[in-house]
Amino acid sequence: MKDKTQKYWKANLKIVFSLLVIWFIASFGFGIIFSDTLDQIRLGGFKLGFWFAQQGSIYIFVIIIFLYVWLMKRLDKKLSEEEEI
Amino acid sequence: MTTQFLTYIFVGATFALYIGIALWSRARSTNDFYVAGKDVHPVANGMATAADWMSAASFLSMAGLIAFLGKDGSVYLMGWTGGYVLLALLLAPYLRKFGKFTVPDFIGERYYSKTARKLAVVCLIFISFTYIAGQMRGVGIVFSRFLEVDINTGVIVGMAIVFFYAVLGGMKGITYTQVAQYCVLIFAYLVPAIFISILMTGEVIPQIGFGSTLVDSQVYLLDKLDQVTKDLGFVAYTENVKSNIDIFCITAALMFGTAGLPHVIVRFFTVPSVGAARQSAGYALIFIALLYTTAPAVSAFARMNLIDSIQDQPYSSSPSWFKNWEEIGLIAWMDKNADGKIQYSSGNALENVKPIYQELRGPKGQRLLENEPNLSNENEIYIDRDIIVLANPEIAQLPGWIIALVAAGGLAAALSTAAGLLLVISSSVSHDLLKKTYMPQITEKQELKYARIAAAVAIAIAGIFGIYPPAFVAQVVAFAFGLAAATFFPALFLGIFYKRLNKEGAITGMLGGLLFTASYIIYFKFINPDINNSDFWFLGISPEGIGCIGMILNFALALSISIFTKPPPKDVFDMVDEIRQP
Repeated sequence: MKDKTQKYWKANLKIVFSLLVIWFIASFGFGIIFSDTLDQIRLGGFKLGFWFAQQGSIYIFVIIIFLYVWLMKRLDKKLSEEEEI
Repeated sequence: MTTQFLTYIFVGATFALYIGIALWSRARSTNDFYVAGKDVHPVANGMATAADWMSAASFLSMAGLIAFLGKDGSVYLMGWTGGYVLLALLLAPYLRKFGKFTVPDFIGERYYSKTARKLAVVCLIFISFTYIAGQMRGVGIVFSRFLEVDINTGVIVGMAIVFFYAVLGGMKGITYTQVAQYCVLIFAYLVPAIFISILMTGEVIPQIGFGSTLVDSQVYLLDKLDQVTKDLGFVAYTENVKSNIDIFCITAALMFGTAGLPHVIVRFFTVPSVGAARQSAGYALIFIALLYTTAPAVSAFARMNLIDSIQDQPYSSSPSWFKNWEEIGLIAWMDKNADGKIQYSSGNALENVKPIYQELRGPKGQRLLENEPNLSNENEIYIDRDIIVLANPEIAQLPGWIIALVAAGGLAAALSTAAGLLLVISSSVSHDLLKKTYMPQITEKQELKYARIAAAVAIAIAGIFGIYPPAFVAQVVAFAFGLAAATFFPALFLGIFYKRLNKEGAITGMLGGLLFTASYIIYFKFINPDINNSDFWFLGISPEGIGCIGMILNFALALSISIFTKPPPKDVFDMVDEIRQP
């Protein structure tokens, strides 16, 4: 029992950590630190760095949360199936 | 029908709707009053969270701020949305599993200490009142400009409405009114944005119009805007003025602050399960992103339109919105070169920035000012940034019903946030201070009565803030986020992810973060505002961004003190194990 909850918590931490890496890159990375460099590239009327800072990062945030909901649902299901066995 | 008459109809209809919902959803128990009976659907909670979160600042001020800040304004866009990722991944599901009523509740139990609970209540009350003061200013502006009533009357009407549904319905009443308020505010925000996008770029979706070419031209909107702003002596619209480290820290302080704001966290206590809390955070962010991705488009449209409609125009033929806002005192014009035309360029037009009006009129009918002109630049106008969203439909010459809609939307945004804040204040007083600390013998019924009394008192205090606004409202907004980041976020995060953290560590961390952040802000904003610039800032970080450093200090103190003091008792370890399970 103890072992299984440990495993669940570790898997949970892995999901959270990987998603936070994406979160950091999308906002602090593309939107701030590398923003001026990305501005060399254009996306229609937008400079890319500017687009990430004012639009793109927000879309990615939404995707991250729904990815998290989906991954955790899968993990929770696995845990409850293991408990039944 | 006049615009004013339409505004009365729209505002009246939405107020009637809010009161109707309040009557339908009365609270019968403390469970209803504090957490809406814990059976709110995740989508409904997402909408309520979005309305709770998007305040007068988001609705009225943000697009205006970004219009003047250009790319620097991104800190608000990323900061106020990115915090939801932290909230969803690191806090909301676990705090829901903990399953109590308030944020100080968690801190008090996790750190097995009444001192920690009381400290949390103090931080919460301070953060929430700071925030409410801003909402009241929003209510005042909308009432005085569109309904032409006295600001005080406006504030009292607004307070009466909030009183009605917050005191009667508690969290339950607030939740369902917020759902309605979300619908009103998002509709009111999107409709003018879509109209203006079509007028300027021919694109229906503002997020796309933002990056498209102008109507009848091959030039991209943003390129034109860069060109025009540079010509007027500003930094190009899509380039930063602030340093990268400052932008980084402000964004971080806003994100971690968002995740630590008690009135947002408590919304996740109202859903039925851990899974629902996760989903609900996702829905909340979609609903918020709808406004937050539209806002920067509105900003760019507004800046462009503003320059087009006033630059080099004779004052006598300037548009009516210009004169209307001048009457309210949020626009001022000083004809420095005496040519009778309006010139707009970079720099503050007036000494002491804000206009002080005389009773007299100038030769063109403009309101004369007491201020000395600032002769270091050619700029002749002062524009308060808070008016951009309200004035935008008029600047773009949209029909009257859209202007009326925006007024109702602004009120929905301000009232929904004020109600959410009042609720966390009243529940932390009745639940954490009375029931859990000073008067443990009271029954549930008495606790409910005290919760209602506390809500009523809090509304009265908020009303006084609205009628006698403290001069420092704008300056203290940095406080709310900086303090939430420097106090609540580390205590909540470590409470879940680091079992070994004990009460000594948590309390020292919160106190250290609080004192450091508060003294830095007070020093630069109130004691020595003259040296509030990057030459004197610590590592070049402005008071707005210092919460980020306060948070790091909190983490450092909490972790190091914990290692040298006694570990928490076993039942705390068990409790943390318990909340980590879905």
